[in-house]
Amino acid sequence: MVTVEFLGPIGQKPLNMNASTLADVATELQKNEALKIWLESAAVAVNDVMVADLSFKLKDGDKVSLLPPVCGG
Amino acid sequence: MLELFEGALPVEDILARWYKDESTQNYGAFIPFIGTVRDEDNIEGLSFDIYEPILNSWFDAWQEKAKAQGAWLKMAHSKGDVLLHESSYIAAVFSPKRRVALEMIDEFVEDFKASAPIWKYDLLAGKRVYAEDRSTAIKGSGVLA
Repeated sequence: MVTVEFLGPIGQKPLNMNASTLADVATELQKNEALKIWLESAAVAVNDVMVADLSFKLKDGDKVSLLPPVCGG
Repeated sequence: MLELFEGALPVEDILARWYKDESTQNYGAFIPFIGTVRDEDNIEGLSFDIYEPILNSWFDAWQEKAKAQGAWLKMAHSKGDVLLHESSYIAAVFSPKRRVALEMIDEFVEDFKASAPIWKYDLLAGKRVYAEDRSTAIKGSGVLA
């Protein structure tokens, strides 16, 4: 089981799901209409490290974070 | 050194403290950049969300890059609401000679804009409205689409 959290303006509560790679997370999130619109523009971190590889392997207890477009300053 | 504040930054205090802290470190150049909220598009101010774990690691990587050139970085940013004509961001580079600091402040602030996990909202009629049109997708975005 991994936890997926949605940062900044996405404004959704974290989800728990079974996933062995980021591709599994993608498949699950694509089913959710409210989240699907963010997937094109969101970056991904696993345990607070940026990852851009769908085949990235996940283990039990991992935290996956979605980071929408940023604008500090 | 990275500092986060609730609300507007106490700019004069921060700059005075940073200047004093580094005054005997033999830096010949101290170049600060200060970001201030402008009165435009009928906003009442700006508001910010920050994801601190990744902001910290992003900043630490930059500090290592600065150190390799004999320089030192400092940054302060606001969380929550910052009203018109208040400041939400200060970045500064200290270096032995000016050229390193002048070039690094430009590169650092541009990468900050493109990569730092901070989300900006306009304050409009008392509501927070995500500044989507001014935001930049982080490198590698869209992997889950």
